[in-house]
Amino acid sequence: MTYLFNTPEQQRQMLDVIGVGSIDDLYSDIPQDLRLQRSLDLSPPLTEIELQAHLSELAGQDDGAGSRVCMQGGGAYDHFVPAAVDEIVGRGEFYTAYTPYQAEASQGSLQAFFEFQTLICRLTGMDVSNASLYEGGTAVSEAVFMAMRVTRRHGKVVVLGSVHPEYRQILTTYLTRLNCELVEVPTPDGTADLDRVADALDDQTACLVVQHPNFFGLLEQAEQLSNLAHKCGALSIVSFDPISLGLLKRPGDYGVDIAVAEGQPLGIPLQYGGPLLGILTCREKFIRKMPGRLIGQTTDRNGKTCYVLNLQAREQHIRRDKATSNICTNQGLLALRATVYLSLLGKAGLREVSELCCRKAHYAAEQLTNIDGIELMFDRPFFKEFTLRCQGGTENIRKKAAAAGFDLGPELTSFANFSGMNDANDGLLVAVTETRTRDEIDRLVDVLKK
Amino acid sequence: MRNKLATQPLFKLSVPGRRGAVFPDSDVPQRPLDELLPAEQLATSPPELPELTEPDVIRHFVNLSTLNMSVDANFYPLGSCTMKYNPKRHERLAGLTGLVDLHPYQSEDRSQGMLQLLFEMQQMLAEIAGLPAVSLQPAAGAQGEFTALLVAAAYFRERGEERTQVLFPSSAHGTNPASAALAGFECVQMDKSKNGLVDLDALASHLSEKTAVFMITNPNTLGLFEPDIAKISQMLHDVGGLVYVDGANMNAILGVTRPGDFGGDMMHYNVHKTFTGPHGAGGPGAGPIAVRDFLADYLPGPVVTKRAGGVNPPVDSGEDETYHLTTPTKSIGRMRTFFGNVGILVRGYCYLKTLGAQGLRDVSDNAVLNANYLMAKVADILPTEQGKLCMHEFVATARILKQERGISAMDIAKRLLDFGFHAPTVYFPLVVAEAMMIEPTETESKETLDHFAETLHRIVEEDSEFLHLAPHEAPVSRPDEVTAARKPVVKWMSQK
Repeated sequence: MTYLFNTPEQQRQMLDVIGVGSIDDLYSDIPQDLRLQRSLDLSPPLTEIELQAHLSELAGQDDGAGSRVCMQGGGAYDHFVPAAVDEIVGRGEFYTAYTPYQAEASQGSLQAFFEFQTLICRLTGMDVSNASLYEGGTAVSEAVFMAMRVTRRHGKVVVLGSVHPEYRQILTTYLTRLNCELVEVPTPDGTADLDRVADALDDQTACLVVQHPNFFGLLEQAEQLSNLAHKCGALSIVSFDPISLGLLKRPGDYGVDIAVAEGQPLGIPLQYGGPLLGILTCREKFIRKMPGRLIGQTTDRNGKTCYVLNLQAREQHIRRDKATSNICTNQGLLALRATVYLSLLGKAGLREVSELCCRKAHYAAEQLTNIDGIELMFDRPFFKEFTLRCQGGTENIRKKAAAAGFDLGPELTSFANFSGMNDANDGLLVAVTETRTRDEIDRLVDVLKK
Repeated sequence: MRNKLATQPLFKLSVPGRRGAVFPDSDVPQRPLDELLPAEQLATSPPELPELTEPDVIRHFVNLSTLNMSVDANFYPLGSCTMKYNPKRHERLAGLTGLVDLHPYQSEDRSQGMLQLLFEMQQMLAEIAGLPAVSLQPAAGAQGEFTALLVAAAYFRERGEERTQVLFPSSAHGTNPASAALAGFECVQMDKSKNGLVDLDALASHLSEKTAVFMITNPNTLGLFEPDIAKISQMLHDVGGLVYVDGANMNAILGVTRPGDFGGDMMHYNVHKTFTGPHGAGGPGAGPIAVRDFLADYLPGPVVTKRAGGVNPPVDSGEDETYHLTTPTKSIGRMRTFFGNVGILVRGYCYLKTLGAQGLRDVSDNAVLNANYLMAKVADILPTEQGKLCMHEFVATARILKQERGISAMDIAKRLLDFGFHAPTVYFPLVVAEAMMIEPTETESKETLDHFAETLHRIVEEDSEFLHLAPHEAPVSRPDEVTAARKPVVKWMSQK
């Protein structure tokens, strides 16, 4: 095996220094009757050539976005990733380092993460960003726990039914063992009804969770919802799409307390759903209640500006069972991807991507709804993703498109939790990013018309 | 050699009008934006992101990267983190079309290759654990712990048992109590230990009908295998509790012994540690869990299952067996979106396929050999107080150096950086004064270990005042963390 160094002779020399006769003697603390008396039952080892052939064979059975026209959404999107992003994260100095506990040996990562935090603050208009969480779904749950700590209200959380069904499932799981009522406000019209939300909120509510644009692709009345939460002393939590902020008002502009996101659109490949990037931002005054790592700027003993892991007293390795979260390993390399991506795009590039997604999505929606039996499920403003209602179900449409090389979805039937929606069976999500062309959209329409 | 201009904060490098990425003109009919979106939802101007060219960006981050130590460039004996070499083939193969660009909601019939890979990964992890049921969903070890504790809670609940306590030794990783608290359990820490090992009498005194789970890292964080682990597990099972094995230290026992064989009921892996993730300057990881068969139905979904017969429509591969996503019948629910940290799991899969059974055994043999060799080489200056031999890592102490010469573990750690070595983990586990937790891993040569040991000997002879100021050659030295915490500056602000 090419990753090991010790020759048999060196092993002998080393055992002599240790003062034992064999490697087996080093395991003397492991009782014989607990030792595995056979070899592990694994397939025989492969050389690099064989491994590459095997992986290529497996990968060849999958229809990835690179060989298709991907119009799939639901929280992960086929956005363009500039080559420079791959180049930077492919540097061993970044990807083979670890958590920057030793600041002096990690200024590269620390400064990059500090810049990540700054870029995310500018993107969102929020005061503070942490250095990443696992992904967008757990970021919502972490935000809810944080809201409970801030408000000291532990008994009730209100979430809109238009929030990603998996985010809601995760929240349900995370809250299982805590005595907390999770109230879901149904959104049969696709977006929240302000009166229904107001009715659900009370002075025991820790927070209101909103996704904007929401799971169906629609814009919520995010500002009014945020105000409703504040009226009863709850925090407002918004899950946003980072690309949408090239056009839409930023969460910090309309009074959100904790803004979270799935950062996948920022230069991160689909990878069958992971690893992705959880983003969590908040107002300055909540900084000590935040979960996860936070990079701070300071000076060294010579007065030189430098960066460190900051406010570690919040974290599990110091505070243990009183920590603000159990998270340790985060998504550093994905945060680096987002940092490089946003640096390359700049404000003009982000605006362009955002506009292209929005315009092309509207064109696609207009063309697709010209087809008999296909209409928009909700007559509401949307950003880059929309929900089609397909008479007679979604499966035929999805399969017909797929056979011609176009991937649509997910279908709403894949998720069981749309309370108050009678026609979820007919719902099909379609997402359109800047990578799609008018020609592709027109060809899809032709395929579906036949 | 350092390009200080390029490593200025991104925002200082920004020049209005510069572009690092441009996109095609829109090819669809150009309608006014406020026809598409409500005017009141639109921002008045886009976010103030920096304006840079692609060469600006590349030069900035390439220069930043040179300020890092990394496994590719340095010996990185960071205890508990298993900083082993990350094979380059993994990076190439994880980037294959069909893997890297597969949408998480791609239909099963169009993702059979990925599902097969993940199914086989479940099988391999089950075999290595000696525990039959695996969930690949957790994003990292800490989430694996939390997941398993929720599985345990669901199991007890169905049995109508009110078990409220999670126990762990004082040497436990901080994630153990943090995960237990998050899962709604009362944390009970056992402060008493016997030579760094679990004290059976103390354990007995903590066990009761309230005991849900005992979380144990084995080998433990002192690098010692718990020789009484079978007895410990039996004691837990006798009171109806479960044993959770924190798998952070699996690198020591691959193919030697298995958590399932020494009484563990649940465990997590750290794929980024044991199976060469890589670590990504803080993540991503992957923290799959393996559990006994009676816990399988509670695992989070989806898991991959194999069954005879084609998917619908049948795959054109001629195979009779196809792979599917299934949610276990009594599942605790979902822990994260989509399937899991698949990109890391693919790398772990490549590693296991490359090594096979003998290769894995060789990994542990050499990891344990390297650790014991290094322990012996530095014992005269940095002794290990617990245990004559160690497993894959050891915890040395600078206690005597501190008492006699005022040289702390931190001083030594910082000075090592000047010699091109990353520091060991210091001041953990908390049960050892002036702890230096050293894990060389199997992918280091005797020459490197000798050089490291010689360097340590040289350092401890140096003047203590000089060491207090170390590092001397790193880009920065001894950041002021107190001020950083008192007045947090967590984003760049213009100095104007």
